Amino acid sequence: MSQGITVSKPFGQQAGAEETPLLQVRDLQVTFKTVGGEVNAVKGVSFDLYQGENLAIVGESGSGKSTSVTAILDLLAENGRVSGGSALFDGKDLTKLSRKEMEHIRGREIGYVPQDPMSNLNPVWNIGFQVQETIEANTSLRGKEAKARVVEVLKEAGLTDPQDRLRQYPSQFSGGMRQRVLIGIGMSARPKLLVADEPTSALDVTVQRRILDHIGTLTSEYGTSVLFITHDLGLAAERAEKLLVMYKGQVVEYGSSQEILADPKHPYTKRLVNAAPSLASRRIQSVVEGSAPQGELSELDRAALAHDQAAQTPAAPLISVKNVTKIYDIKQGGFKKTQFKAADDVSFDIAKGSTMAIVGESGSGKSTIAKLFLKLEDITSGTMTFDGRDVGSWPKRELLEFRRRVQPVFQDPYGTLDPMRSIGTSIAEPLLTHGIGDAASRRKTVAELLDQVSLPAATANRYPNELSGGQRQRIAIARALALKPEVLVLDEAVSALDVLVQAQVLQLLADLQSELDLTYLFITHDLGVVRMVADNVTVMRQGKVVEAASTDEVFENPKEQYTIDLLEAIPGGKFEFGK
Amino acid sequence: MPSSRHIERYVAPLEETPVAAVDAVDVSSKASSIWGDAWKDMRGRWLTWVCLVLIALIVVVSIVPQLFTHGDPSGAACQLPQSLNPPTAGHIFGFDKLGCDVYTRIIYGARSSVTVGLLATILTTIIGGIIGAIAGYYGGWLDAVVSRLGDIFFAIPSVLGAIVVSQVLPWKQNAFSLAIILAVFGWPQVARIMRGAVLTSKNADYVTASIALGVSRGKILLKHVVPNSLAPVIVITTVSLGTFIVAEATLSFLGVGLPSSAVSWGADISAAQQVIRVAPNLLFYPAAALAITVLSFLLLGDIVRDALDPKARARR
Repeated sequence: MSQGITVSKPFGQQAGAEETPLLQVRDLQVTFKTVGGEVNAVKGVSFDLYQGENLAIVGESGSGKSTSVTAILDLLAENGRVSGGSALFDGKDLTKLSRKEMEHIRGREIGYVPQDPMSNLNPVWNIGFQVQETIEANTSLRGKEAKARVVEVLKEAGLTDPQDRLRQYPSQFSGGMRQRVLIGIGMSARPKLLVADEPTSALDVTVQRRILDHIGTLTSEYGTSVLFITHDLGLAAERAEKLLVMYKGQVVEYGSSQEILADPKHPYTKRLVNAAPSLASRRIQSVVEGSAPQGELSELDRAALAHDQAAQTPAAPLISVKNVTKIYDIKQGGFKKTQFKAADDVSFDIAKGSTMAIVGESGSGKSTIAKLFLKLEDITSGTMTFDGRDVGSWPKRELLEFRRRVQPVFQDPYGTLDPMRSIGTSIAEPLLTHGIGDAASRRKTVAELLDQVSLPAATANRYPNELSGGQRQRIAIARALALKPEVLVLDEAVSALDVLVQAQVLQLLADLQSELDLTYLFITHDLGVVRMVADNVTVMRQGKVVEAASTDEVFENPKEQYTIDLLEAIPGGKFEFGK
Repeated sequence: MPSSRHIERYVAPLEETPVAAVDAVDVSSKASSIWGDAWKDMRGRWLTWVCLVLIALIVVVSIVPQLFTHGDPSGAACQLPQSLNPPTAGHIFGFDKLGCDVYTRIIYGARSSVTVGLLATILTTIIGGIIGAIAGYYGGWLDAVVSRLGDIFFAIPSVLGAIVVSQVLPWKQNAFSLAIILAVFGWPQVARIMRGAVLTSKNADYVTASIALGVSRGKILLKHVVPNSLAPVIVITTVSLGTFIVAEATLSFLGVGLPSSAVSWGADISAAQQVIRVAPNLLFYPAAALAITVLSFLLLGDIVRDALDPKARARR
C-alpha cells in the first residue's frame, strides 16, 4: 500500500529566504475539553499562504477544517484552546496575541465570510447600519465618510442599487444578496487575508457560481489572499491553486490543487477524488458504453448497468404525472390572500424500476411534486397516477395500501428519526402500523433490514443521537423499505451528507434498486448526483418544467439555456479528476 | 507572480494517518437515550444529590412526621404558660405564642405544603399538558379558543384568583380544594409551554415520515409529538412545585388558605409576624423551612433543564 506514497520533507526548510509567507501555520494543535475528557480536534496542521495566493482546506464534517481556522482567528468555543504550534501572520504569532491585539487584526487585516448568510446578519438592524458598524470598528472613517464607504463597499460586493437598499433589513434580501453583504463586510477594510468558511454551501449552484466569481475578482484586484474552507473538492480545485486535505484532525495531503486532483497519493484523498459526484458518474457512463468485462465492474456499475438495461424495455409507466398544478393560498393578514403557484403544469412518466430525478434550485417546486405524490398535500389540478390508478382520488379506506407501496426518505438526517425512540422501534413502526407480524417476527425483520442497509443488527438498540448523518439516512431507508414498497420518493435524501458517505448511500440505493426492482423519484438540487443515479431527468424552475429527457441527453446535449447554466455552475465540473 | 511560485507537495505518511472505514458504526459503547444521558449528566453534579436528599427528607417528613417528633403540633401539647419560651432540652426551637413546640409544628407543617404543592403541580401538568398538546397539535379554531381562554386565566394572578374563590367557597378549605383552586389558575402556563413544544415537534420530519407510513393522527400525537415535547414541561413542573408551595404559604399567611386548625408554615409565619418584636426567631424557622423546600425544587428544576438542554447535549 505504502509504495505509492512519497514522503517529502513536510515544509520548506530549503525554501530559501526570498519571500516570507503571509500566514505561516506550524504544527497547530487544538484541544477541546469535554465531559469525556480532553479531545484533540486538530493534531498538527501546517501550511504556508503567500500574499495573493488562494488556499482551500478540504475535508468532511468533523475533520477539523473549520476548527483549525477558528483557532487561528481566536474564535474557538469556550471549551477549546490552542494546545500547541504557531500561526505567524505578518510576523506576529496569532496564537499568542492578547484579545485586544487580536481584535485589531480581525476585520482589519483578516476578513471573514461566515458559512450561513441566513443567520449571520442581525435581523433587527438594517443592512446599512451593520456594514457601517464594521467600517467604523476597523477604519478611522466616521459619520458621512463612513456612510459613503458603506455604499462603496456594497457596490463592490455586487449589489446593484446599494444607496436605496441601505435602509432595508436582512429579511428583504435573498440568500445570495445576504452573502454578498457579508463578503462586502469581510472585504470592507481591505484585509490582507480573507477567510471564507463554506461561503456558498447554503446557496443554489448558479448563485454560488456568481458569488465565487465575485470573491475571485475582488480578491485578485486587491491582491488579497483567500483561505477557503469547503467540503466540495470541485469547488476547492476551481477556486484555489493550493489544497490542504484534512482527515480526522490531520493533514493527509497538501500541495498544488491540480497535482493533487490529477494524482492523489494518500488513500483518503484517492477515496475523496473517487467519490466526487461529477467524476464518479462519468466513470459509470464510460463503463456502460465501453461494455467492460463484467469481472472488473464495481457493484455500483453493475447496478447501474442492470437498471439501464431494464429501463430500455418499453412498458406502461408505473407513475404518470399529467399537467399537475399546485396553488397555495398565502395569508396576508386579515382575510386577504394571494395565490402562489408552486407547481405549474408539470408532466412526466416514470417506468417501473427506473429512476427519475427532478432537479431544480430552491423555489423550483421540486419538493412540492414529491409532497403531492406522497399525498401529503392535495393536488390543485391535473392528475397523478400510480400503477394505473389516480393518486388524488385514492379512496381513504385504501390509503394504507398506497402508503405501503410508496415510501419517502427525507432530506434532514437529523430530523427524520424520532430522537426519543430507539432505532429498532423506528424501523418497526411501519410494520406495527400495518399490523404485520408479531413482536418476534418484527424483531427479525428489523435485523434483516439493518443488514440490507449494511448496519450491524445491534444498532436496533441505539438512539439516533449516537449515529452519524449517513447512518441515520440509512436507517431512514431501512424504515422506508420495511413494507417492501415499489416506489421510494427520495427528497434531497443525500444532500446533507459528506461526499464519501453520500457515495456510499447512493451505492446502497443502486444496489437496492437492482435487487428489489424499486422505482425512485429522486428530488435533488445537485446535478452531479443526478448523473450518478438517474435514468431520466426533469429540470424544473419556478414551478415549471424547463427540460425533460434522459440523463445522457441532458448532460451531453442540453437544449435549454437554464440547463446549460446549471451544468456550467457545477463547481469543478470542467476539471479532469484523476482516478 | 503567485503562479511562478513552486508549491511543494506533502503527503502524510500512512502510518500516522490510518484511514478508517467510511462511516462505520460503533456499537461497542453503551446505548444511550435522552433520559439516560440527562440522568448521567445530573448524576455527576453534587448539587443534584443535595437537592434530592433534601426533597426526599421533606417527603418522608410529610408522610411520617411521627418519626421525627414525639410531640403534638397543637391541642393538649400546647400550654399557654410556655408561651414564647426560649429553646430548652427537647424543644430546640422553643415555643410559639400559644405555647406549642415550634420544632413539632415545622415538622407537621411540611405535610400541608408538600400535599398542596404536589397535588397542584400534578393537576396543572395534566390539565395544562392535555389542553396545550391538543391546541398545538390540532390548531385552527380549537387552538384560538383554548389559547384565548388560557390568556384570560393567565391575566389573573393565581394567588389573587385563589383569594377570591376561597372567600366564596361554601365549604371549609382543605389541601385538595386549595390545590384544585391553584390548578385552575395555574394550568395556562403549562399549556402554553406544551403548545409551543408541540408546535415545534409536530413539524419535524419524523412526524411527516410517520404520516407517510400511514400512522393515524392520534397515534402520532401520543407516540411522537408528546414524548418529544415533555422536556420543557418537566422543567416547568419542578419549578412550579416550588411556586405552589409558596402560594399555599401565602394564602395561609393571608388567612384564606388552609383553616387555622391545620398546621402550615404559612399560618405559622403569619402568627409569628404578630410577635416579631418580641420573638423574631419564631418567624425564622417556618420561613427557613419554606425557603429550603422551595429552593431544593427550584434548583432541581434548573439542573433538569440543563441536563435536557439539547444545546448542552450537543456540546458534550
